[in-house]
Amino acid sequence: MEGRGDTPAEAFEQTAMALTAVVTDPATLRDEVSVPIRCRAPDLDLLLFEWLNAVVYEMATGRRLFGGFRVRITDGELTGEARGEAVDVSRHTPAVEVKGATFTELSVRRDDDGRWRARCVLDV
Amino acid sequence: MYLQDLHREGECRWRIDPTGAMRVPAVIYADDALLTDMDDKVRQQLCNVASLPGIVGAAYAMPDAHWGYGFPIGGVAAFDAEQGGVVSAGGVGFDISCGVRTLLSSCTREDVRGFQERLAHELARAIPAGVGSTGRLRLDDRELDAMLTGGARWAVTRGFGSVEDLERIEEGGCISGADPGAISERARRRQRDEMGTLGSGNHYLEVQWVAEVHDADAAAAFGLAPGNIVVSIHCGSRGLGHQVGTDYLRDMVIAAPSFGLTLPDRELACAPIRSGIGTRYIGAMRAAMNCALANRQILTHLCRESFRSVLPGFEGQLLYDVSHNICKEERHTVDGRSRRLHVHRKGATRAFAPGDAAVPEGLRAHGQPVLIGGSMGTASFVLAGCESGEALAWSSACHGAGRSMSRHQATRQWRGRELVDQLAGQGILIRSPSLRGVAEEAPGAYKSVERVVEVAERAGLARRVARLQPLICVKG
Repeated sequence: MEGRGDTPAEAFEQTAMALTAVVTDPATLRDEVSVPIRCRAPDLDLLLFEWLNAVVYEMATGRRLFGGFRVRITDGELTGEARGEAVDVSRHTPAVEVKGATFTELSVRRDDDGRWRARCVLDV
Repeated sequence: MYLQDLHREGECRWRIDPTGAMRVPAVIYADDALLTDMDDKVRQQLCNVASLPGIVGAAYAMPDAHWGYGFPIGGVAAFDAEQGGVVSAGGVGFDISCGVRTLLSSCTREDVRGFQERLAHELARAIPAGVGSTGRLRLDDRELDAMLTGGARWAVTRGFGSVEDLERIEEGGCISGADPGAISERARRRQRDEMGTLGSGNHYLEVQWVAEVHDADAAAAFGLAPGNIVVSIHCGSRGLGHQVGTDYLRDMVIAAPSFGLTLPDRELACAPIRSGIGTRYIGAMRAAMNCALANRQILTHLCRESFRSVLPGFEGQLLYDVSHNICKEERHTVDGRSRRLHVHRKGATRAFAPGDAAVPEGLRAHGQPVLIGGSMGTASFVLAGCESGEALAWSSACHGAGRSMSRHQATRQWRGRELVDQLAGQGILIRSPSLRGVAEEAPGAYKSVERVVEVAERAGLARRVARLQPLICVKG
């Protein structure tokens, strides 16, 4: 999965959208519930790992799917929210559950064009 | 895979000598075709594993090996705690103790004919599968702790299955040394609604028939009669195991520098076996293994109930239950000396030889059953461990066909509805809440399981006992 943006926060939001797309078509998701997410890590790579695994945790324990994300990163701390709805198998036809974000190919870096790229391999 | 510096050591064995940080050789079991098709990353990952502290013998790749996370899937490596050996959360993976169990019956394919649709319906109704599914049980903290220390034994005491089942499960259905206190609150929370659920992806419950017997004596001892119905269940430790993997992977990555460990790949996150975090991980992993054994035991009970509502004579006695994502402390012979090793098998199955005391008495003369999962529509196999396996790869064999293309590639090539219809035309009923999930699991997205098990046999890792063909496949 890969997400790009003008800031690391935007790239994180896009990577979480890509995570949702592994499970279902994000366009089918309604904006009915908002879940706050906070995490902290010593570097951006680890923060991406923490962020995506926090999203996976909220999906698994809340039986929810998220089609919208907002992220703010300040001094190694991420404050964000995930918006979506409860899983509706007939409407979402979810393909696969995500077990977790891995360290494989995990990286957050700035490209030559100045935009940020966040990437990660998921275990499904 | 590029073949430079690969030395052929036999018909199906290839060695890469240690270079750079490698402490031991890397060994791949494959024939020319499987080796050529293998991802280059398998080679790279195997060499990385060979560089970890305390590794003994070699880093091994089974014939179904493919690119994994840190370790290749189909990777086997043993570490000696006395030599500073490590335990690796990445070497076990996220689906701790994922494995297969196979149930036997005296029902025949003919008995099921005419009832197949009804049976598929009953199983799909009774087995919670797929994203968002929940089990019937809700465990409070005390019950969760009892499950994490008791495994399948706990499940039997709660009315799921019988004591006879336990004799046919690794370690009698209960892994000792589990430490529920090493399991995070998040992991506990993820399991709260997931006891007795199948999961998704390549996990399944499959009704099969014994289509071919390769070893008549072993098949008879295993209870595998030609034409008879069997049921195989493939799943693991569900949300709890996933979270344990996530928690300790992160903690081991952060702790690595304090142990002087330079990881060639962060996914190889590990810690000395004799360290605080190493000890905690082993306790947590063993608890997750018990969670997987309890989960498969509950699913077995649900399966038997469904079957008996359609075919009252169905027995469903357990042939065997064996995991293929684990680290276990075992005694092995190294240079003529017996040593206690921590053997990691990630997408690889333990395959103890005939006569091994760990193999249940009724099966012991023929070796430990090795249950090889199929890929929805293709065959599964029952193998048996053999004498030569100990020296070749710490008594280990393959675990399945192994993917040959990504999920994304598969969805571009197949449509779920077409696959379901096509397989129905072949007499195989697929029941899944997600047609996209079915497309991602298309049989064509996997390597040939026939070739994988044939090579495992030619390599001396295990020998074929019987081939199973699917009739019904319930998937998440």
